[in-house]
Amino acid sequence: MSHVTFIEANGTEHGVDVDNGVSVMEAAIQNSVPGIDGDCGGNCACATCHVYIDPKWAPLTGERTQMEHDMLEFAEGVEPNSRLACQIHMTAELDGLVVRMPESQH
Amino acid sequence: MATAFKQSDDLMAAAREEAFSMPLDKIDVSDGARFVNNTFWPFFERLRRDAPIHYCADSKFGPYWSVTRYKDIMAVDTNHAIFSSDAHLGGITVADMDDDFILPMFIAMDPPKHDVQRKAVSPIVAPANLAVLEVLIRERAQKIFDNLPINEPFDWVDRVSIELTTQMLATLFDFPWEDRRKLTYWSDIATSDPDLPGNPNKEERQLILLECLQYFTNLWNERVNAPPAGDLISMMAHDPATRDMAPMEYLGNLILLIVGGNDTTRNSISGGLLFLNENPDQYEKLRNNHALVETMVPEIVRYQTPLAHMRRTALQDTILGGQHIRKGDKVVMWYVSGNRDETEIENPNAFIIDRARPRQHLSFGFGIHRCVGNRLAEMQLKIVWEEILKRWPMIEVLEPPVRVSSSFVKGYEKMMVRIPG
Ligand code: HEM
Ligand code: FES
Repeated sequence: MSHVTFIEANGTEHGVDVDNGVSVMEAAIQNSVPGIDGDCGGNCACATCHVYIDPKWAPLTGERTQMEHDMLEFAEGVEPNSRLACQIHMTAELDGLVVRMPESQH
Repeated sequence: MATAFKQSDDLMAAAREEAFSMPLDKIDVSDGARFVNNTFWPFFERLRRDAPIHYCADSKFGPYWSVTRYKDIMAVDTNHAIFSSDAHLGGITVADMDDDFILPMFIAMDPPKHDVQRKAVSPIVAPANLAVLEVLIRERAQKIFDNLPINEPFDWVDRVSIELTTQMLATLFDFPWEDRRKLTYWSDIATSDPDLPGNPNKEERQLILLECLQYFTNLWNERVNAPPAGDLISMMAHDPATRDMAPMEYLGNLILLIVGGNDTTRNSISGGLLFLNENPDQYEKLRNNHALVETMVPEIVRYQTPLAHMRRTALQDTILGGQHIRKGDKVVMWYVSGNRDETEIENPNAFIIDRARPRQHLSFGFGIHRCVGNRLAEMQLKIVWEEILKRWPMIEVLEPPVRVSSSFVKGYEKMMVRIPG
């Protein structure tokens, strides 16, 4: 089990514990955290799981794949630390991860 | 009460018999006739079971591959490097685009051009802007509902679905109100088949679309000289990415938005009412809990699948589900089939308004071309159902609807209903 903290655009925090191997998108959906839609079920095909990775954690979450990069092209308010939450899977190393959510998913 | 409009079981039984006995290579799911009488379902069921990546060598539209399972459709939709949407290779429907008059629209472009244009249009239909539009769209919808006849049969498609969709588009473009049915007209012309009797031929069609361009050019000229506003034309006229667009490109993007937002939303508005009549238990559930509109809306979009397919053209040889697709082959993703794939969606043939993950469907496509208007469409449907439920516990569909003859636009020409008073 590892811990993830989701912070909504309005500042509300949600802490959840999930099994390792589960994606950050699934972690939010399974725990009914608002602000992540995940329409495509984690196929990197909808960009409705857009999150900002807390700078401290960025080096540990890896790089965007080409498809992830292509999909993020169309998300709103993309920043250098934007990622698609379905493309990041929890590991022991990521225990304590903090991600922020945009105003809305589109 | 709720059986008068039910489609004939005999017709469906005969279609099933045929679908499961005919040689696989003779199956052609692109035939619009089967969409008129709604008997195409067992043919897709057979393909999903026996030939999920299926080659039809001979059809009205030439040879094409059919992709019918959810996962395979997702694989094609997310592989834009191999499966192209380019208009010059044929575009995005099983019918090839008209070579002499290709309107440049980003739905029928590949990256990088697609990306630039999509980015320019996308903000208007993003949630922040939708919140502003919602108030106006709701007020206008309320007027339509307040004026519907009670205890008297009328055509839901014309009085409600078309009118609402047209008003929504007019709001989006801040289009002159009294001329708004022109939008519906241009959309119908843009998607009409010039080879069918009764439709404008190629030259007539081009002329009508150029009139459309002229009309919108006037609006553009007004708005480019005015301060930036929240409507789509003003946004395009002021955005550095779009303000120097060539006229045909402007026309292409307009037509794309008009067509994209027209038939699809219209048919979802009709479809929703039909499905609730076909499933009285779901209607009952909704009546008792109006909050279910939230999850019902995406279920309506799945169940309707307003665009039955999207097409791609292979840019290179590739293997898909064990089949060898050759460069230049036409590949059709049948969303209407993938949305009924039981390996991906539980009990897919049932209309269930409170599914746990209702947005898990293919109706908006996936990947870089995923419908840019999806949240707008959902908002529109949400308003429709909230306003209906505020007024009436039940609207009755009186007879089977008249369906559109097309394997692309899946929808209704006419649907007679009555609001009991
Ligand atoms: C229930 C309603 C709707 C459905 C089912 C629908 C369906 C689709 C589908 C299947 C695609 C293509 C996906 C692909 O090729 O992978 C698409 C793209 C598109 N739709 Fe929609 N649509 C709907 C409503 C709307 C609305 C309301 C608008 C705008 C006002 C709109 C504008 C567009 C545009 C501009 C594209 C092109 C996106 C691109 O190529 O990047 N659609 N839609
Ligand atoms: S869930 Fe669709 S891109 Fe992540």
